[in-house]
Amino acid sequence: MGELVLNINGKPYKVNAAQEETLLSVLRNRLNLTGTKYGCGEGQCGACTVLMDDAATRSCSIPAAAAAGAKVTTIEGLEQNGKLTAVQQAFLDEGAFQCGYCTSGMIMSITALLRDNHAPNDEQILGAMNGNVCRCGTYPRILEAIKRASSQMASGGGR
Amino acid sequence: MNLGELERMEQENLSEREQRPQYLGIEIDRRDFLKVLGGGLLVCLTPLPLLAQESGRGFGSHELPKDISAWLHIDADGHVKVFTGKVEVGQNIRTSLAQAVAEELRVPFDSITMIMGDTDLVPWDMGTFGSRTTPTMAPQLRNMAVAGRELLVEMAAERWNTDASKLVAASGRVTTPDGSKALTYGELTRGEALVKSVAGDPPFTPATEWKVAGTTVPKANGRDFVTGQHQFPSDIVRPEMMFGAVLRPEGFNATLQALDTGAAEKIPGVSVVHDGDFTGVVASDAFAAQQALGAIRAKWNVPQQQGNQGLFEYLKNNPEGQVGRPDHMVGSVAEAMSGADVQLESQYTVEYIAHAPLEPRAAVAEWNNGKLTVWTGTQRPFGVRDELMQAFHLPAEKVRVIQPDMGSGYGGKHTGEAAIEAARLSKASGKPVKVVWTRQEEFTWAYFRPAGLIEIKGGARHDGTLVAWEHHNYNSGPAAIGTPYDVANQLIQYHPTKSPLRPGSYRGLAATANHFARESHMDAMAHAAQMEPVAFRLKNISNPRLKAVLQTAADKFGWGNAKSTPERGFGIACGTDKGGFVATCAEVTIDPATKQVKIRRVVEAWESGAIVNPDGLRNQMQGAIVQAIGGALFERILFANGRIQNPLFSKYRIPRFSDTPEVEIVLLDRKDLPSAGAGETGLVGLAPAVGNAIFAASGVRLRSMPMAPDNNKIRT
Repeated sequence: MGELVLNINGKPYKVNAAQEETLLSVLRNRLNLTGTKYGCGEGQCGACTVLMDDAATRSCSIPAAAAAGAKVTTIEGLEQNGKLTAVQQAFLDEGAFQCGYCTSGMIMSITALLRDNHAPNDEQILGAMNGNVCRCGTYPRILEAIKRASSQMASGGGR
Repeated sequence: MNLGELERMEQENLSEREQRPQYLGIEIDRRDFLKVLGGGLLVCLTPLPLLAQESGRGFGSHELPKDISAWLHIDADGHVKVFTGKVEVGQNIRTSLAQAVAEELRVPFDSITMIMGDTDLVPWDMGTFGSRTTPTMAPQLRNMAVAGRELLVEMAAERWNTDASKLVAASGRVTTPDGSKALTYGELTRGEALVKSVAGDPPFTPATEWKVAGTTVPKANGRDFVTGQHQFPSDIVRPEMMFGAVLRPEGFNATLQALDTGAAEKIPGVSVVHDGDFTGVVASDAFAAQQALGAIRAKWNVPQQQGNQGLFEYLKNNPEGQVGRPDHMVGSVAEAMSGADVQLESQYTVEYIAHAPLEPRAAVAEWNNGKLTVWTGTQRPFGVRDELMQAFHLPAEKVRVIQPDMGSGYGGKHTGEAAIEAARLSKASGKPVKVVWTRQEEFTWAYFRPAGLIEIKGGARHDGTLVAWEHHNYNSGPAAIGTPYDVANQLIQYHPTKSPLRPGSYRGLAATANHFARESHMDAMAHAAQMEPVAFRLKNISNPRLKAVLQTAADKFGWGNAKSTPERGFGIACGTDKGGFVATCAEVTIDPATKQVKIRRVVEAWESGAIVNPDGLRNQMQGAIVQAIGGALFERILFANGRIQNPLFSKYRIPRFSDTPEVEIVLLDRKDLPSAGAGETGLVGLAPAVGNAIFAASGVRLRSMPMAPDNNKIRT
């Protein structure tokens, strides 16, 4: 066990965790940031996706220690002063979920994708999203939500 | 409940009340609960007219009828709480049931809160499966809403000394026709505690006049899902909560030879729990719990067992119980077959597949003064309560199961394994304990969509008239086993068999297998009779609803506009189950070099009576198609000698973005027909439509699901 300082959603957190403990385990089980989900534990489903220095990262597959010094953003950190991001809003507008368990990871992956590229093509979308699984099968709607959010961001609205 | 019983019950539409367990004689005393509700109007639905009397004012001390299937409460501020044992698993009933209540009660949608799946608060319910919520629970809730509205209107009429039939109920108020007088529902109850029980069948608002039902209302609490605020079962946190993990055998039917927990017990903060055959660990943090589990040394003896190798022969040769009578027999198939111009006989197979809900089984359990409370993801909160009562020898009032809206189930979460494990560990440790199954545990120790063997014989005349149909299903189940086509001579039979893997419910359970076999066979018969597949089907369909979806799907798809080529094929299939009618068209491409298949485009026409929430229904249908792609093309459980060989997402492929075709859904809204459930039957047309498209392109008839398990290459 060692003490770590993690910067999550703009706040410092002091955590005692084992060397090999994953970032996901620390977020969920030590910090009660349960918006980030466990789905597979092997980086295959994307439910645990968070941003590390703005890059989509599978939190189940890296030790928490590797996140020390990075700027970590989880689903809980997107909403600012009661305002949803363009991606969050697009999910609501398109009804791009059923059970909603994959939603956090989907939104984090899309947020990373659209941050640098407001108008990704189909290939870029697949490249960024194929590691995120929705077992309810709402992919057609998530693709619509990506289009909606990207066009809004391209026109300068929303973040 | 075993698989056959479950499916037969769904098939025969037995009322849920008939399945009610005996112990309800000792129903929970709900008076404390009613006190919490405070003033207002409580409406209860009872099964017997005898009880359907005004039970008077003041429910605070009133003994309610024991046998209540639903209730709703309108408080002094006009807020409505609706209580039901059904659960939300992503199928959107939290929204659609509230729409039905809002419609009949004449209140805004937002004034309704659905209280679901909490066994201390809601009336007993068998569970959420079989597409039963919309056809059975929605009418019960409507029933109460109508009764509540009528009572409030009567109260206003009494207050104003006028004729109730002239008053209007709308937007949570009763008004006079000229609008000069108005009272909100809350004002009408004057803060008194009123009870009304109803048993009758009041006329519902016809779908043609719906204002809230029939419209696209967004998912209730949708915002909580995009902000991470919604607490799924695995997200529940309790004060002083510990984390548990359970030692699993090395294989099915294994016996423990030796156990050494010494190393695990040395890890700080860890305790090992033994309880008969059960060994588990509890730790103050999840990481330590997993570490401790890994430190346990156990030696197992796993017996030789049936695996995928020779599975279908095994199913054919291992009947469960006595060979029963056919489910359906009319005329003489043997005679009609011998005289048929076209005769075709084939075998079809489906493999075991996994539900793989993205949220695995999870539970948090805590004990307070001998009462057990468990938060868990299940489609049967009362079923899990039964399991806990049995496991810990507790009466019903000492067990509470709470089901937060969960990371789905698809029929895979009927049982309470994680709940019992968490409760056991919590009892031993004296603290609340959370157990979340790993993906590998979920793939191994849950249950499976059963494999099946289906044998079909079909006979037709030159003109395409079906004359004989014989359909045997071994193991996979009886749902939708009967042909929807007009055939004079039929023999239809489900054969229960021994199952090497633990079988259970699944979204569209056997309807998927039976439709795959039947609709593939119909396609093959059409080709044998040298008829166009849609024309061949239409010649043998008299059901106008089935005909309507088939024609609609074909029209929207542009069926017949382009001819299949070796690289591009078109296929169609149709069917019906659980009150829904579906037709599916698929376009596939096949790479001539690699033989890899890709589904490019799917058009599905769907009809299930009056549509309650068009966007919610469309969402279900889109999702059904995507999910069905897995079982159609590549999902299968690989197992041998009691071990699952692909218990990870890296080894068990499920549909991804890259598998998603262009999907077009066409909804037929039959406002003149009652609404049926729509969670399942949307899946059943996809696999045969894809198989028929592959045949149209390649000339290869694929009779085994999955059809392209090896890197999407079609089986040859």
